[in-house]
Amino acid sequence: MKKSVLFGALTVAGLTAGVAAAGTLDDVKARGKLNCGVTTGLVGFAAPDANGEWKGFDVAVCRAVAAAVLGDATAVEFVPTTGKTRFTALASGEIDMLARNTTWTFSRDVDLKFTFVGVNYYDGQGFMVPKALGVSSAKDLDGATVCIQTGTTTELNLADFFRSNNISYEPVPIETNAEAQQQYLSEACDVYTTDASGLASTRATFEAPDDHMLLPEIISKEPLGPLVRHGDNEWGDVVRWTLNALITAEELGVTSANMAEMGAGTNNPEINRLLGTEGTLGEMLGLNADWAMQALSVAGNYGEIFEQNIGESTPIGLARGLNAQWTDGGLLYSPPFR
Amino acid sequence: MSDTSAAFVRTEPVPPSPPPSSAMGPVKWAKDNLFSTPFYIFLTFFATYVIYLILSNTLPWMLKGVWTTSSLAECREVLDGVSGGCFSILTERWNQLLFGFKYPADQYWRPALTFLFFFAAAAPVLFFKMPRKFLMFTGIFPFVAYYLIWGGSIWTPILVLVGLVFGYWVYRLLVSKSFAAGFFGGIVTAIIIWAVGDSLISDKANVGVFLQAVPSRDLGGFMLNMMLGVVCVSLSVPLGIALALGRQSNMPLIKWICVVFIEFIRGVPLITLLFVASVMLAYFFPPGTTTDLFLRVVIMITVFSGAYIAEVIRGGLAALPSGQYEAADSLGLDYAQAMRLIILPQALKISIPGIVNVAVGLFKDTTLVSVISMFDLIGMIRGPILAATEWNGVYWELLGFAAILFFVVCYGISQYSQWLERQLATDHQ
Repeated sequence: MKKSVLFGALTVAGLTAGVAAAGTLDDVKARGKLNCGVTTGLVGFAAPDANGEWKGFDVAVCRAVAAAVLGDATAVEFVPTTGKTRFTALASGEIDMLARNTTWTFSRDVDLKFTFVGVNYYDGQGFMVPKALGVSSAKDLDGATVCIQTGTTTELNLADFFRSNNISYEPVPIETNAEAQQQYLSEACDVYTTDASGLASTRATFEAPDDHMLLPEIISKEPLGPLVRHGDNEWGDVVRWTLNALITAEELGVTSANMAEMGAGTNNPEINRLLGTEGTLGEMLGLNADWAMQALSVAGNYGEIFEQNIGESTPIGLARGLNAQWTDGGLLYSPPFR
Repeated sequence: MSDTSAAFVRTEPVPPSPPPSSAMGPVKWAKDNLFSTPFYIFLTFFATYVIYLILSNTLPWMLKGVWTTSSLAECREVLDGVSGGCFSILTERWNQLLFGFKYPADQYWRPALTFLFFFAAAAPVLFFKMPRKFLMFTGIFPFVAYYLIWGGSIWTPILVLVGLVFGYWVYRLLVSKSFAAGFFGGIVTAIIIWAVGDSLISDKANVGVFLQAVPSRDLGGFMLNMMLGVVCVSLSVPLGIALALGRQSNMPLIKWICVVFIEFIRGVPLITLLFVASVMLAYFFPPGTTTDLFLRVVIMITVFSGAYIAEVIRGGLAALPSGQYEAADSLGLDYAQAMRLIILPQALKISIPGIVNVAVGLFKDTTLVSVISMFDLIGMIRGPILAATEWNGVYWELLGFAAILFFVVCYGISQYSQWLERQLATDHQ
């Protein structure tokens, strides 16, 4: 019944698209709240707990950005999106950023006109088999029945992998991860294939997880990361460098435990620039000098967030693997704060 | 004569002796129904065996279920290999299943109270022998329910109510001259009152109100299914009647509008309409000024089931002998009177099973909103609850709970419709 609704109906969509694109950072500041798109629920990455509080690895990115921009990690409106609604929600301006384990691909970046600001989780498609099957490599899977989610990139990757290795398989199409779990456990298929993180968390829920194993082959690249709309580079920079701040903090050894101490000033100029005691990096972004401090004070650096939500101490139990710092043989490599 | 006793003469009939035990009671019933022929005997034993199989698997699972742990892993520890349900998830997350995960926990009494009021409001509509005065409450109920569930400024529902009352008043004033004048006069009056009132209610009206405002996005769980079901059924029946009558109209414009509308909506899957409601409309509105998602979904589901109900009612209209229409004409009734007094009461009575069928289907279709990221009962289960690290892997308990809730409501609707048919059975001819 607000008058704006009436005016809204009369306004031409094309005309407003330009208005929406300008100044997301100012919009967020004026609103006092960050609208962040997340999944409707994915174990370890985003899910509300018994009190309705959102928790998870992707959620932590939203909270860090909210803390960096608004100084308040709770000033986030989480907008749950499904695989089908996520891109329209972002394109229409309903959300300011999307942190929903979304794979960075050429067509999403170029054709759908989004900007992926980085990668917060390097995933890849893997295989899970019962140990009783007695295979040790995906190349031994000739003639196996494979449970696979339809309509995903995993389906295409699987076909490519088997064809290039000249072996045959029989697909068992399934709709959701929950269905896959049931089918796999009732032995309707020998193998279940999806993203390795998904396999690990699925295996963790089995009654006897030790009877199943992940095969060593990873047959696809799935870099998952937060994304924003094309055409608003200032806002893209804010999200990008908030993510980089979390990664750099781990590299430099800044943790939630020693942050207060380091925030008073250290001998390392890069830490000082990151935490805002030296230089004007925050000002360049249009944020306060302590923006990175705020982002880090939510749940610590990248490594701490990883450990809390999906790391080896949690039931999901993912190893760092590709997601270790480049200094530890992983792929995490943030540009310098200079 | 008096004292010479005659031969024995019965003065009263012999009391009937009870039938032999093999021809009465449960024994006879079993003999007739369960063991009458060899084939029946086989079927009886087979069915008993199947029932035994089902119960011997499910009963221990239910009876040994665990109700007090805080995660699936703990459940399995307590069960220690024994087959048993992990019902702890219901005790921990019952509130999310019923109300969604964002409805403020200290406000649960509001939807609960609305639910109770709903029965009071529905009773006079469903049971027409109740005093007609109770319909007053039914009339106010939508506004009370809106205020209770969404909270916020009390002036919004009051404004809508005032607009409707004044619109109706203008309609009554003008309708004696011309129906069109009354109809459009009423609508214009209501719109003017809403526009004026809306400009008077400031944007800050939601601050510091008695009932905390709850945005539509925070609604969820079975409450959302109930709300969508009740609102859409009650709106789609009048819409369906109007469309059915419009389709039979002699005026080509009205007739073709109704035909195109019905055929188009029936030719499109509901899920497509829901996607349009949630996704496409966002492109046409400037950011931040979209209409409420709940309202958009209500419109789409109402339109969808309205088209189906229209066809059901058209079947009822077609089933009436043409003598009924001619009788109405020969009595000198105009169109509105003929429909209201003669045609519709009969046509609707014939259509009851069909309408109830659509209503039950619609109620279950409300679970489709989970695909557009609204957290109804199924959306809650598939999304947040199964994605919780501690509960990932619990399926039967959750979906069984959802099945029970839906079954109770749908079976209730079906029983009511059968009762209604018996009440209205007046034996034709």
